[in-house]
Amino acid sequence: MLADLSAILTLVGLTAYVILGGADFGAGFWDLTAGGPERGAPVRAMIKRAMSPVWEANHVWLIFVLVMLWTGFPDAFGSITSTLAVPLFLAALGIVLRGGAFALKGQAATIAEARALGATFALSSVVVPFFLGSAAGAIAAGEVPVGNARGDEWGSWTGALPLFVGVLAVIAGAHLAAVFLGADSSRAGDRDLVDAFRRRALGSGLAAGAVAIAGLAVVNSDAPDLYDGLTSGAGLACVIGSAAFGLVTLWLEWRERFEPARYTAAAAVGAIVAGWALAQRPYLLPPHLTVREAAAPDATLLALVIAACLGMALLIPALAWLFKLALSGQLSYEEQPRP
Amino acid sequence: MIDSALGGPVNQDYLLQARQMQAMSFAVHIPLVCFGIAFPAMVVFLEGLWLRTGDPLYKALAKRWSKAMLILFAIGVVTGTILSFEMGLLWPDFMASFGDVFGLAFGIEGFSFFMEAIFIAIYVYGWDRLSPRTHIAAGVPMIVAGFTGSLMVISVNGWMNQPTGFSIRDGEVVDVKPLKALFNSNLWHELTHMYLAGFLVAGFLVASVYAAAWLRGRRDRRHQVGLVVALSVAALVAVPQLLVGDWAARTVAGRQPVKLAAFEGLKETKKGAPFDLFGGRIEIPKALSLLAFHDPSAKVKGLDTVPRDDQPPWHIVKFTFRTMVFIGSALAALGVWFMWSWWRRRRLPATVWFYRALVAAGPLAVVALICGWITTEVGRQPWIVYQVMRTEDAVTGAGGIPVGFGALTLVYVALGGIAYVMLRRLARTSFEVER
Repeated sequence: MLADLSAILTLVGLTAYVILGGADFGAGFWDLTAGGPERGAPVRAMIKRAMSPVWEANHVWLIFVLVMLWTGFPDAFGSITSTLAVPLFLAALGIVLRGGAFALKGQAATIAEARALGATFALSSVVVPFFLGSAAGAIAAGEVPVGNARGDEWGSWTGALPLFVGVLAVIAGAHLAAVFLGADSSRAGDRDLVDAFRRRALGSGLAAGAVAIAGLAVVNSDAPDLYDGLTSGAGLACVIGSAAFGLVTLWLEWRERFEPARYTAAAAVGAIVAGWALAQRPYLLPPHLTVREAAAPDATLLALVIAACLGMALLIPALAWLFKLALSGQLSYEEQPRP
Repeated sequence: MIDSALGGPVNQDYLLQARQMQAMSFAVHIPLVCFGIAFPAMVVFLEGLWLRTGDPLYKALAKRWSKAMLILFAIGVVTGTILSFEMGLLWPDFMASFGDVFGLAFGIEGFSFFMEAIFIAIYVYGWDRLSPRTHIAAGVPMIVAGFTGSLMVISVNGWMNQPTGFSIRDGEVVDVKPLKALFNSNLWHELTHMYLAGFLVAGFLVASVYAAAWLRGRRDRRHQVGLVVALSVAALVAVPQLLVGDWAARTVAGRQPVKLAAFEGLKETKKGAPFDLFGGRIEIPKALSLLAFHDPSAKVKGLDTVPRDDQPPWHIVKFTFRTMVFIGSALAALGVWFMWSWWRRRRLPATVWFYRALVAAGPLAVVALICGWITTEVGRQPWIVYQVMRTEDAVTGAGGIPVGFGALTLVYVALGGIAYVMLRRLARTSFEVER
């Protein structure tokens, strides 16, 4: 009971990170592909404006997930971090570069500096979701046994399934970012940017759908148990839900109804995370360790759940205020780089 | 002794490199933490001065500082993330065996960090957009979260030195009491010492920047206000910090006698032990006994009370402990100099040497901070959990530690260089006081 509750709270944090953090990384993807300094400038400016006030808060969800895992499921945490040391370390390095470059980009004095920092920011924005995704894929593929670095240091996360999840993470983040930024541009009333992000949202949405369908074939061959979970019961409901929300998002984008599209796009991505969790139930590290086997003693879980609920009670209003201020354009300070 | 939760022990040829990588990551992060602790209070104080006096200079300065605060916080977010990863990447068996005992503190710390991130964003991006009252109110949670965050992280460190809240039966960690672990008895002196250090380091570093400007001839009112506010913060905590340091040392003497012996490099147990200044050339008789137990003839346990394998590398600890104490004392003297001058003459000392000393004080405060952490961390070796788990039993079995260490070093050097350039630039951008 407490173990399941802790697992659900961890999953809520993970979903929030995949959606909010994913959209941040996705914005970096569009920064990377925005084109030359002249052509890409409006897109990059919008990205910076939309993200600056919220990226730190979005990022902290990752810390929440790590803490929940190591406190609630310490054996799983130690097994994951030791076997998947390579992709996790690369992701961590990417986070440093990305956060550092983004934080300092606002201080760049010349376009050349802004570009160098921007390129670092953008490139690492692709690297981080890819490696975090492949680590998640390695867990789903059953490549992480219990023990200190017992799994294969390289082979565990370089199979077809981990690589597929890595790619999906990049594309899903890009899609979320395009949808969110389209809505932000619409609020700002910038017609050209609305069109630019709408095109991107539609394209990345189609790509995400295509990759997800192709991915099911990979899951079928690499992780048959997971495939069974995704094609029956609650797992199947999530898969169908994700596909439905994805289609609704495309329709909303087509009809230029950007605000509701934010929520359907988030639901489509969130349903994938939930579906994965439900499909590999009751395992935390399939097929080696169940959620209950991995769980900390009840005294710890109880304290953790209480702390997390109290924390959420403080956090959610604060976060809601931040997003409300940010979305209504009340948070910004402009510093334009000189040419 | 406990059995490893992950079925260890493992072969790890690069334990020392793993420890150094962890140490480097802490050394990069901890100075940023000082700003996370102290800068919100300093900025809100300036904003309060503005609201009270209506003097726009205070507001302009608060705005300027808040931008630096945001940059430093953002870098702290990512260097802190590295630490979270390294807990598992480098010490998986430590986390697997004891994550359920001490993890609660990190859970609460995570929320503190979250609140600080949210309110720093609202505060810094909300200048002139929120009403002044709402704006300064948004500053308060930053200060509170900075405190609760340090409380929780220090709780974990206190626990590593004084592990409580669990028992060991047949090599298994059982009977876990997370709240008892959280409020371990080492928490209070470590927390006070570090929280004051946050203000000391941030205050002296900011004062250093203004003192350097002063020496270059920039002596307008803006620079004077910046200097006085930052220096006041540092000076107010510098003397109390010495007393807290004494409290910390006496607690260590009682609970971790081997660590105290390493502070002094005391090889054999002695009554009326002397304090050695400058590597054996000058000894103050009975001073160590006096410092450690407030009794000149007290018996101080030596390193030889435990087998050689259980002794920390005292050469390092002795050096860093002394460095910390010397710098801390010098900083306190500098603080007293400032306060005396301000109290007697209502002005800053006039001699150029005061400003030269201040320029050095900021970097020296950072050195003292790092030395303090080396003292407590290396002084705990060879234990990761004092007298319960050895560091070598906690380390990862994964390969490639030297490669990771090298890569992280390069990234940190680049990040540090860029951050320095950007902060310099922020300092040079035109300073606009609203009329």
